[in-house]
Amino acid sequence: MKPFEYRSPADAAAAVRSVAGNPAAVFLGGGTNLVDHLKLGVAAPDLVVHVADLLPAGIEELDGGTLRIGAGVRNSDLAADRRVRERFPVLSQALLSGASGQLRNMATTGGNPLQRTRCVYFQDVTTPCNKRQPGSGCSAVGGWTRHHAVLGASEHCLAVHPSDMAVAMAALDARVRVLGPDGERTIPFTGLHRLPAGTPERDTVLEHGDLITAIDLPPLPLARRSAYRKVRDRASYAFALVSVAAAVEVRDGVITDARVAFGGVAHVPWRAHRAERVLRGAPATEETYRAAADAELADARPADGPDGGNAFKIPLLRRTLAATLRGLVREDAR
Amino acid sequence: MSEITVHVDGTPRRLTVDTRTTLLDALRERLGVTSPKKGCDHGQCGACTVLSGGRRVLSCLTLAVTQDGARVVTAEGLAAHDRPDGERPAGGQRSDDDGLHPVQRAFVDCDAFQCGYCTPGQVVSAVGMLDEFARGWPSAVTEGTRPPRLDRAEVAERMSGNLCRCAAYVNIVPAVQRAAAESGTAAPGAGVAE
Repeated sequence: MKPFEYRSPADAAAAVRSVAGNPAAVFLGGGTNLVDHLKLGVAAPDLVVHVADLLPAGIEELDGGTLRIGAGVRNSDLAADRRVRERFPVLSQALLSGASGQLRNMATTGGNPLQRTRCVYFQDVTTPCNKRQPGSGCSAVGGWTRHHAVLGASEHCLAVHPSDMAVAMAALDARVRVLGPDGERTIPFTGLHRLPAGTPERDTVLEHGDLITAIDLPPLPLARRSAYRKVRDRASYAFALVSVAAAVEVRDGVITDARVAFGGVAHVPWRAHRAERVLRGAPATEETYRAAADAELADARPADGPDGGNAFKIPLLRRTLAATLRGLVREDAR
Repeated sequence: MSEITVHVDGTPRRLTVDTRTTLLDALRERLGVTSPKKGCDHGQCGACTVLSGGRRVLSCLTLAVTQDGARVVTAEGLAAHDRPDGERPAGGQRSDDDGLHPVQRAFVDCDAFQCGYCTPGQVVSAVGMLDEFARGWPSAVTEGTRPPRLDRAEVAERMSGNLCRCAAYVNIVPAVQRAAAESGTAAPGAGVAE
């Protein structure tokens, strides 16, 4: 591991100044991903600026009902929060389906969306990877792709975003509060991550020195009927092959409103706007669920690989979407 | 290099560490506290689990410099009768006459290990998990917002961050349930998180 300087500044503004002033500086949150990358050689910063203990660690209810989640709130505290469990069960379930009890106690709200892909080639510094080393090539193209993207990938990168929390946040119209060298701004959660295109080294739209200080959840009454369904290779403590975050409002057997996002299938937490458009105003039937999946997956492209590739993700995602919606509609009827 | 003080199992330990040193390496290689084990060293096995500030965390993914002033409890410290700082053992439970924490006693009684390498991490994780459960924290298998029973599925899910290559799970689950029952945390409604 390359030597680095460590700083633990007093406040967020000082932390932003420290990182912005050094191109080889990084923020350290809970450390569950970055410390591993330091060991693997995936990250080799000159300066590590610890922010987990200086960021807000509380969940505040603003006038108008928005929940402001401090970036220092640990994943376990967020998942257990009574307001989150009642108003946004999809978020609590997504958090609890990720990682382990120990890791959730460490991981922060601000750090979770910024974790890097678990693509094996990205994590192995002996293999080419455009995300780790721009221009070196993508080892997943023609390589093992079981855990790779079927939506929005490019010839330069097949990686998927690994977060479960981010999938729920994308479905819930969350907003990200960012402190940068030039001050504060707010961006929609669905605009935080970016598709790989020709620059997969950039996971998000954040600039160097930008620090997430909070994530806002505006009131969303239909989210009381929401769920996260995750499919993976073992029952717990594994990343998603595919996942679905969904919220629906049903009246007289008709879906009057819906929010849907997919995980494990794209470089971003994939907000399924096309599926939502099909669902709104349609009867809550199997035909509708199929049509919603058809609409969203029309452009899905599986990747080949010696492991059989990842074409299985498309039918798996269809069934997972249908199962999630079916469960929510039943719940709504109770 | 950074000078830090970490309270380890109730004793303040002052040391100078390279910024790259993990808490796990500081404990094992610098302080001689070897109950936290190095399994994978990448946050995938749970063998290095310790309590920091009363919460279970992975010491292999924690930089020691971030723990300046922290109170760290390892499997060795769980059983302490009388700690120099007068604190009760982590988990709020008293150790028995053998000097074992109730979770350790339950692991022995239920034969909840074979080779034992993962056991200190399992035990610390179980202590942290039972505290989380008592506070009403849900898990991925908890239905709705009512407090669950600590059944097999709940224990397995909540302990999924601790792998056992001997696959002693069949006895680890009952050991955790026994410790929970004896400490009164197994009852539904034991606590509700706000």
